[in-house]
Amino acid sequence: MALDKKELAKALSETGYVADEGLATALVLTELLKRPLLLEGEAGVGKTEVAKALADLYDTNLIRLQCYEGLDRSDAIYEWNYQRQLLAIKAHEGSGESADEVEDAVFSEKYLLERPLLAAIRQDKAPVLLIDEIDRADEEFEAFLLEILSDFQVSIPEMGTIAARSIPKVVLTSNGTRELSDALRRRCLYHYVDYPAPDREARILMSRVEGLDTALALQIAELMAKLRKEDLAKVPGVAETIDWAAALVGLGTKNLQEDQDLVFETLGCVLKTREDQARVTREVTDRLLGKVA
Amino acid sequence: MAASALKPPALKPHEIETADDVGAALRLRLAGFMHTLRDNGFKVGLAETNDAVRLLLSPLARRPHELRDAFRALFCGRLSDWQAFDEIFDAYWFAKGMKGIVKTSGTSTKKGGKTIREMVEAQGNRQDGLAGDVERTPGEEDEDTDDEAAGRREGASIAENLEKIDFRKIHDPDAVERANELAERLAHAMRVRLTRRDRHRRKGPRLDLRRTIRHSIAHGGTPIELIRKGPRERQLRLVILLDASGSMNNYTGVFTRFVHGLLYNFREAEAFLFHTRLVHVSSALKERDAARALDRMGLMAQGVGGGTKIGEALADFNRWHAARVIHSRTCVIILSDGYDTGDPERLGHEMATLRRRCNRIVWINPLIGWQGYEPTAGGMSAALPFVDLFAPAHNLESLAALEPYLANL
Repeated sequence: MALDKKELAKALSETGYVADEGLATALVLTELLKRPLLLEGEAGVGKTEVAKALADLYDTNLIRLQCYEGLDRSDAIYEWNYQRQLLAIKAHEGSGESADEVEDAVFSEKYLLERPLLAAIRQDKAPVLLIDEIDRADEEFEAFLLEILSDFQVSIPEMGTIAARSIPKVVLTSNGTRELSDALRRRCLYHYVDYPAPDREARILMSRVEGLDTALALQIAELMAKLRKEDLAKVPGVAETIDWAAALVGLGTKNLQEDQDLVFETLGCVLKTREDQARVTREVTDRLLGKVA
Repeated sequence: MAASALKPPALKPHEIETADDVGAALRLRLAGFMHTLRDNGFKVGLAETNDAVRLLLSPLARRPHELRDAFRALFCGRLSDWQAFDEIFDAYWFAKGMKGIVKTSGTSTKKGGKTIREMVEAQGNRQDGLAGDVERTPGEEDEDTDDEAAGRREGASIAENLEKIDFRKIHDPDAVERANELAERLAHAMRVRLTRRDRHRRKGPRLDLRRTIRHSIAHGGTPIELIRKGPRERQLRLVILLDASGSMNNYTGVFTRFVHGLLYNFREAEAFLFHTRLVHVSSALKERDAARALDRMGLMAQGVGGGTKIGEALADFNRWHAARVIHSRTCVIILSDGYDTGDPERLGHEMATLRRRCNRIVWINPLIGWQGYEPTAGGMSAALPFVDLFAPAHNLESLAALEPYLANL
């Protein structure tokens, strides 16, 4: 794959993801150094989108493991299909097969349920493995994940070790709700995904919202940048901006300055707590709009 | 070309591109950079160095800012690394803006204000470990060992006395040292008892098929005995906010040892130190050796012993750390005398915010032990409505009294 970050950034933007330079470099490095990429950042800055865009870019599968508290091996790697195994044992009972034969039959590929991590290493073409919100999983799981990320093999006691057919491109995301272990951080390349600068956000809007013209996209992006500097309880992410831009386009807005009422009325697209709505009053909206060219 | 700034003067650009390996001088320079990073708290190891060499050989190394992006992705592990990296990179490779960067490990860059270490030592606390190696003469050492032996023999009675003496009134260096040790042991004992509570497994809402089938082997494969599983109980997490302002001077030494005892080995604990600003000191305090832990913490918290702005420190905490360190079973312990030079209203407001987030707030105030103390100081009375337990901590006995409360959370 191309080692040039400009080409990579361009290819990514064709898939609809507008990457900044640092991120493009980090993505080039994941290829060069074969390390997983850990993305941290506030909610809604497009961490998950990176993985989706990567899968599009390499034209490969995206396998996603959504982490949550209590996630364990049987949800993440594999599980035996117990119901079918029990049935099979009963079915074999009268057949006169030896115990070993029944055992081999029951613990075979047929009764194995693949979960994301096992599925990811058994693909013929290297997939993109997205381990989403790793900070929500327990620390024990994190340690275990490290093992898989370094060896890319899974051992199933009843079947033996399954080595990777292809090494997946791993992207981990974290919202920072829990401190991750140093070991995991060291294994990974790190990129902190910040809220996009207005011109980049405008480009993201242009690529995501149909019928949005450049001037309006820039206005919206600049207003969002100002809004994020206000003391908000829940700072709106890029997804909210896209929703809002779509709403404004749908309502036929051409220029934010001319439609100040509409801007205020549709702020619900981006401000999603009562405190924030109370804080961004009509006056605040007008003041912010005043600063936007 | 700007890239030449990246390379040591001895090497010409073409030498790097044609060489099989990176030039020795450049390797040395890179090793120095890794060292600088480690001194600044980056967790980088040999694997990273190898990868860095590969990067230097790749086309990325031709432009400094591209190399910086690449190194940043490689070396950073967390947001704080990310924010500090550019400055360290520029300082090292371009030799500019060196201020604020730790250059060598072990030596403290003292700029005004006292470090924790100095404060502890000012109390006459002779620490074993680092300082001891340098400062003690053989004669003193002998004396010390004798003392220790004696201390062991008559430890119980002395300990009993020490438990009741106000920390302010302990002046004898040996007594201070023993008080510190006691505090640490106490904290350790609390830790053990607190965690053990959570080992119990309850019957859960879901069936554990794997185990059920494992147990059914005894019954010929018929699952008679159903095994259940449920979410594991969350451990109680302690978040400690320690006031290190001037007014707390008499207590800071013992309290830091106490906090160190709690944090050392205790996975679910975080510590912050505040005076006029807030510093996250958990990583320093997880050091096994108490003296080194205090040393590292001292480095992190320059300017300790000044005024207090509790409200602002709490605001910092709420804004930057609370989401990460507080979960549903978190107890926040504030160790402070409540003398605040900031705005009481602000303190009240921030306490209310904190209240909404966490399970319990314990405010430990050494002044409660004083006769006739009323929590009337502006800040204290503003904070009090949001506090679940307002407890004294002027001597070891009062610290020990906290344990039953914490165990019941």
